[in-house]
Order: sequence, then C-alpha cells, then structure tokens
Amino acid sequence: MFVSIMALVTGAVFGVLMQRSEVLRYDRQLGALLLEDMTIVKFMLSAIVVGSVCIYALLGMGLVSLSVKSTVLGTNLVGGVVFGIGWALLGYCPGTAVGALGEGRVDALVGMIGMVFGAVLFAELYPFTKLSLFSWGNIGKVTMPGFTGTGPWIWIVGLAVVAAGLCFLFERNDL
Amino acid sequence: MYSFEKGQRPLNPYLAGAITGGLVALSVVATGKFFGASTTFARAGAALVNMISPEHGASLDYFVRYPFAVDWQLLFLVGIFVGSLLSSTVNGTFFIDVVPELWRERFGARTWLRLFTAFLGGVLVAFGARMAGGCPSGHGLSGVMQLSMSGFVSLAAFFVGGVAMARIIYGRS
Repeated sequence: MFVSIMALVTGAVFGVLMQRSEVLRYDRQLGALLLEDMTIVKFMLSAIVVGSVCIYALLGMGLVSLSVKSTVLGTNLVGGVVFGIGWALLGYCPGTAVGALGEGRVDALVGMIGMVFGAVLFAELYPFTKLSLFSWGNIGKVTMPGFTGTGPWIWIVGLAVVAAGLCFLFERNDL
Repeated sequence: MYSFEKGQRPLNPYLAGAITGGLVALSVVATGKFFGASTTFARAGAALVNMISPEHGASLDYFVRYPFAVDWQLLFLVGIFVGSLLSSTVNGTFFIDVVPELWRERFGARTWLRLFTAFLGGVLVAFGARMAGGCPSGHGLSGVMQLSMSGFVSLAAFFVGGVAMARIIYGRS
C-alpha cells in the first residue's frame, strides 16, 4: 500500500516537474535532437548529477542498494539506435509520452498505442532469435567504477565537470 | 481551447532536473524503486496478447517473463499523467492538440500523417527500448546516476539514433 502510494506521488511530482519545465513538449524533444534547444538535456544532466551524488552518498551510509542493469553492448547499442530513430519520429520517449498525454497531446496517445504494438513485435521475435545476433559484448551488471577498479566519486566529479562544461556551452550559444 | 498564451514562464530546467535527481534518491530510500517507464508497455503488450489469445501469450517467452501487472512502474506512469494533467490545467497550458507546432511548420496540419508517424515512432521506441533493456528514464536517468555502463552506452546510442533521424526528417536548418 505504502509502495503504491509512493509510486503515484513520485510519478505525480515528476509529472509536474516535467510539465512545468516543458520537457514534455514535442518541440523541446526535437529541439534537442536537432541540437537547437537543449532544455531536455539540461534537465537530464542536472538530474543525473544531483541523483548520482545523492545515491552514492546514501549508498555509503548503507541506506540504499543499487539496481544495475546488465550491459550487453550489442543490444544496448543496436536497441538504443532503434529507440533513437523512433524517438525522433514520435517526439516523445515512453515517460514523456504519458506526461504529454496529460497536457492534452493526442499524438502522444497514438505513440503509446504504437509502443504496445512495438513491445508485442519484440516479444514475437524474441523466442526465434533470443536476439542472439546482437547479444555480443555481454559484460554483466557492471558500473563504471566497478569495471575500471576506481572509486565512484572520481566518476561523479568527472560527470559534474562535463555537465557543467556542456551547460556553459549551451548557455553561451543560447541553446 | 488554445490557452498557450496564458501559460506561465517555464520552470528552469536545471532546477526541475535537480529536484528530479533528489526525487529519484527519495524514491530509492523509501521504496527501493528507481525510475523507469518502458517495461510497462511490454506488460501492456502481454495483456493485449493474452486478451486476444491466452495460449499464444503463454507461448511467448518474453511475456512469460514480463506478464501484465499493476506494479510500481504502472502506478508511477499513472502518477506522471495525473501530475501533468493537474499542472497544465492549473497553469493554463493544457490544450488538446494533434499536430505539434514544429511538425506543422515542416509538414503541414495533416492529422493522418502526424498520427501515422507517431504510431510508427512508438513501435520503434518500444522495440528499441526492450532490446536495449530500458529507455531514457531507466537507462538515461536511473542508469547513468548509478554509473552503470549500460546506462552510458544506451544513452549515447539513443542520441546517436535520434540526432541522425531528426536530421533526416527536418534536414539542415
């Protein structure tokens, strides 16, 4: 019960934040992909930097555990590019499509229906191939610090520096 | 209907992003749940197939792994919908729209063309996300903030595919 209420409340706050900062808009999403409007990239970078500091601080205190997905270079790369192609056509990703529907965008709803069909298509093809053609580069559930044998904070500081540099460039070029 | 002009100034994306980062951390502390969105569309696909033919649904390994469930992520998406609906209604930016402005400037106001493209895009989005094991929420936000390698690789691939396709659609601007 508590988990369900938390899910709804967390989603609602996230929905308000995305709606108010306009990252749900088709124009903002395509703006980023056309490298003309970096609103969604700024949003993502600051979420990632703050999130990584919080998560690793909490991890150090033993209050959370990580939930790392497997790295399979083949499927991550090929699936990622297929996703990107669809993203540019639709103009929303799965989470922002739901939010865009909330602010009245009908094309996002049709995109969500397409997503259900895309998932069915994936499930239909899955048993024949098990995606073996693309399943190369299976490294397992690794993090960058774990893989390279370094501490996490050097990565987080690096991430923050890169994010700050990018955002400085965005602001200077009015993107 | 078109109350765009009444809309308030947008919230600063850095601030909204920073609060989002804290929100993920809060969610993980309270319930152990990281953000993600695309698994729910797979579970919805399982529900659809099982509605049409339960036997066929049971034969699909992927849907046996991801059966329909009202789980944390589905409720999280319901929350996003409600939050966006409330927020846009309150600040006057809610309006029913089929063809986004940028699209209309390039391809005109033909509804069927926009909806066909949106549907096709949705198919590729879900296929790609399930293949990659996540979307910009699961890999991009949750994955990268945990410094997971799959997050960095997938996020880069999302943008490579997206930037290339956006260039093809809109050309040089």
